[in-house]
Amino acid sequence: MIDITIKITNREGVQHEVTAPTDMAMNLMEVVRSYELAEEGTIGVCGGMAMCASCQCYIKSEHQLIEINDDEQAMLSEAFYVKKNSRLGCQIPITEQLHGLEIELAPES
Amino acid sequence: MIEADILIIGAGPTGLFTVFEAGLLKLKCHLIDALPQPGGQCSEIYPKKPIYDIPGFPEVLAGDLTKNLLEQIKQFEPGFTLGERAETIEKQDDDSFIVTTNKGTKHHAPIVAIAGGLGSFEPRKPLLENIDIYEGKGVEYIIKEPEFYRDKRVVISGGGDSALDWAIFLSNIASDVTLIHRRNEFRGALDSVEKVQELKLLGKINIITPAEVTKLHGADKIEAISIIKNSEEIYIETDHFIPLFGLSPKLGPIGKWGLDIEKNAIKVDTFDYQTNIPGIFAIGDVNSYPGKLKLILCGFHEATLMCQSAFKIINPGKKYVLKYTTVSGINGFDGTRKEAPKAVVKAIN
Repeated sequence: MIDITIKITNREGVQHEVTAPTDMAMNLMEVVRSYELAEEGTIGVCGGMAMCASCQCYIKSEHQLIEINDDEQAMLSEAFYVKKNSRLGCQIPITEQLHGLEIELAPES
Repeated sequence: MIEADILIIGAGPTGLFTVFEAGLLKLKCHLIDALPQPGGQCSEIYPKKPIYDIPGFPEVLAGDLTKNLLEQIKQFEPGFTLGERAETIEKQDDDSFIVTTNKGTKHHAPIVAIAGGLGSFEPRKPLLENIDIYEGKGVEYIIKEPEFYRDKRVVISGGGDSALDWAIFLSNIASDVTLIHRRNEFRGALDSVEKVQELKLLGKINIITPAEVTKLHGADKIEAISIIKNSEEIYIETDHFIPLFGLSPKLGPIGKWGLDIEKNAIKVDTFDYQTNIPGIFAIGDVNSYPGKLKLILCGFHEATLMCQSAFKIINPGKKYVLKYTTVSGINGFDGTRKEAPKAVVKAIN
């Protein structure tokens, strides 16, 4: 499988079903940007270094995600609107295991 | 009034390189940046991170790129207004501009180049009820004058470098420093973390983790805060509450200058990156055009082309052709000259 399907609920509450390639070294934040599901300049501000939390999202499905690392944990501990299912999209690589993933973008902060 | 040929708003890599390209055309630049140091994101957010796509540098740290750019432009003697945000712009009768900062510093130039990246960096404010009414009345997001806190009780919230560094610094000034963070681990330079640990043991910094500030109290100014630690609410009296949750870029006042905006960026003509207002250019991450890529190397290209048009506006009708630095060398405004060594012409007997 090259492309997977992901359901993304944007900050206005509208759900989009998108396809994402697994062979382009993309992460979840980049998928959101590539479909322009969040206003440019409000997501991926630091470029994907886990240093701004602008790509925070809530994981709504039961998928097994890559384990949270120290940088992501530290950034989330300083972010706002954090919930138990919060993750930084920039730290989640797109793999075949994520097919069917459902996420919701956290509010801009 | 500060005078220049080109007023550059934003001292990130693109803004800094503009000074070089303008200097080759004998145009003098002055830069304004809301941050207290040049370098933009490269020095503020990721100075220790490597960049791999600067042509000619297989790998360069963002902080070193800034240092190199400053070295590259120093002969053109740029001026800097740092720690001030460009607030207003007024077009003059002769089509030049006056840009005034939030601190009232006025700058005058015939050309304005906005190289503001993603915008000016502003503090991220925690989501606390009524925090706005305490701003300037005990709640400060940026520490401007440490002496202001002498013999005062201070609560700092945050878990990064600035929270650690200011807790250390204020421990020698304030009467009482409390550092509150949502988790037990702090993210910062190793020596800062160790220093805070040491000051905690000496009783000079009170650390409360994992905890979160939930309420602010006070009639006319901050008098206390409430925190939640292990599901228990704790009331802490304080004179100041300083939340340090990093900075977030905002387009800010520039968005109200009458420039065409799309996707939180300034629309430009790709001929020379001029905006809809003649004489105002937008270069680097702050601009938008079909096919735009937010890369430092694209910003360098845009700065180079922009300077050619700036020269023509400032010197109408004056002849000029592009020169190569290898051939012509560089004449600095400081009297220095750089040039390639001449080959020796000599007979070999």
